[in-house]
Amino acid sequence: MDGVHDLGGTQGFGGVRYAPGAQVFHAAWEMRANALYALCARRGIINMDEYRHAIERMEPRHYLGAGYYERSLTGLATLLVEKGLATAQELNVLAGGRFPLALPAAAGRVNAPGRHRYQAGDAVNVRNEHFSGHVRMPAYIRGKSGVVVAVSPAYPFPDAHAHGLDAEHEPTYDVRFRSIDLWPDACDAAMVHVGVFESYLEPGRAQPPVASAGVALADSA
Amino acid sequence: MYLNPATVPAASIESRVSAVEHILERAGVAVKEEVAQLTQLAQEQWIAQNGARLVARSWVDPGFRERLLQNGMAAAAEFGLGMPAHHRCLVVLENSATIHNVICCTLCSCTAFTIIGLPPDWYKDFEYRSRIVRQARTVLAEMGLQLDPAVEIRVWDTTADTRYMVLPQRPRGTEGWSEDRLAAIVTRESMIGVQRLEV
Repeated sequence: MDGVHDLGGTQGFGGVRYAPGAQVFHAAWEMRANALYALCARRGIINMDEYRHAIERMEPRHYLGAGYYERSLTGLATLLVEKGLATAQELNVLAGGRFPLALPAAAGRVNAPGRHRYQAGDAVNVRNEHFSGHVRMPAYIRGKSGVVVAVSPAYPFPDAHAHGLDAEHEPTYDVRFRSIDLWPDACDAAMVHVGVFESYLEPGRAQPPVASAGVALADSA
Repeated sequence: MYLNPATVPAASIESRVSAVEHILERAGVAVKEEVAQLTQLAQEQWIAQNGARLVARSWVDPGFRERLLQNGMAAAAEFGLGMPAHHRCLVVLENSATIHNVICCTLCSCTAFTIIGLPPDWYKDFEYRSRIVRQARTVLAEMGLQLDPAVEIRVWDTTADTRYMVLPQRPRGTEGWSEDRLAAIVTRESMIGVQRLEV
């Protein structure tokens, strides 16, 4: 889905609120929230794709106003309701007030038919697709061309796995894009690598190696 | 009963956490024990010192460095370090004088947390997630890392369940140091790629 969670390349955010050695947790409840999602994943009550999608489905104002662990808790609670372990009303009563949950999911989809296999060095295009369910293709690579630099083990296809559909395992590829192809005229020169599921890809046309910051690409895979 | 989000404020976050704990207890989960166990793991086991040991070993043992670059998960297993079931691959990205790697997760906040430690707050914030892929050199400079213009920046967005860690360059002036002493200077930030190590 084209949601507010898909932040890569979004403009308007300011400086990173950075400090060396920054903390992971800032309050005891954050540790509890983190443990709750982790134990549910470990026990198979939820899978990671369902969990990520439940967070993405948060009402945008809530998503942007909440910190990381509130988003985690909201996603988990939403799944507990959707899986029949609780009702929304029950959560309101237990919390002693309104317990905001994520919005309902659109339909999922199964793996793309007729997928191609790729290997390091292959040119690929990211399919120009818009899909309203869970998808792990960040919008900034949609329709763009890149080169495979590595192949990863097969994983369940998230667009199906997040929706309780039969998810065939498929390889993911580390695909290298040039930042200038992603955001022409408005980016810093860099190579941007994205882990892309096979279903999101189609064969591309070979690109000539292009120098970035004085370093040739041909030998950089 | 409909509670209008525009007019009814949300219950406190602590009480929402308690509500979820209650639901899970009712489902048969020993919540107190499991939360205590996972909190202990988060604080004591999933820490940057794990990755730091891998980095230090790779600096003193070329054979280990090869194995780490070839198959990060198998090399980590030599140290007894594991990864969660849904992480099936650890890719180790080696920095050099001309190449600088930096990792992120634009869609959520994924990391190889059992190896390089749980991610710090800023890694999970919208500023880093939105900007590092598009303005890497600017963002790194803002964070205190000025890279020579000739250095190629490689950003790695953790969009699948492959996990990444940066293998920082060994700093000058550490010749002859013991592995333990080397491991002590390796930071989580250097394995994310927002810092280069110096002594």
